[in-house]
Amino acid sequence: MESENVTKVIKNLALWTLLWLVSLALATFGPKFIWQENTTWSIVAIVINTAIGAGFIWAQMKRMTVLDELQKKIQLDAMGIALGVGIVGGMSYSVMDIANVISGDAEIGFLVMLISVSYMIALAVGKMRYA
Amino acid sequence: MKNKLKVLRAERDMTQADLADSLEVSRQTINAIEKGKFDPSLPLAFKMSKLFQLSIEAIFDNDEMK
Repeated sequence: MESENVTKVIKNLALWTLLWLVSLALATFGPKFIWQENTTWSIVAIVINTAIGAGFIWAQMKRMTVLDELQKKIQLDAMGIALGVGIVGGMSYSVMDIANVISGDAEIGFLVMLISVSYMIALAVGKMRYA
Repeated sequence: MKNKLKVLRAERDMTQADLADSLEVSRQTINAIEKGKFDPSLPLAFKMSKLFQLSIEAIFDNDEMK
């Protein structure tokens, strides 16, 4: 495995992730703290965030190509679990909101957090399983 | 799947890292294959076959086929 190429791809992914997070923060907090609810600037920030998001997805796909077959399997298993937990957990959370079991509205952030945590746990379990 | 990878590697005085480099995979993958935790793909098995100059059947022992 060409470690230089792997390092380059991972650095590229880290850069896209950082850019996406910064643009997301800008699109989220910009309307209130920077451009005082100006809709045009909000649309520009959202378009930029979505475009950078596309780059982030591309960088993630590129990273998958440099993984070997076992690493791909571990990633695929973890993604499958995260997707399943996200759909089942997300729907349960949504139903809880509809049935007023939870106080307040369901927030998308909780779903993102649930997917992220289940992905990280599944990834760690997968790595331990084949260690 | 049982295999003779560890023996073949030792006979050639190769570390897991050496073998991983030769086969362009990670050391973790070699370790998992040696321990029988992960079965390699056919292309990787052919790479091993070429590297050790042995048939795939001489490297891997599929008990389930017997």
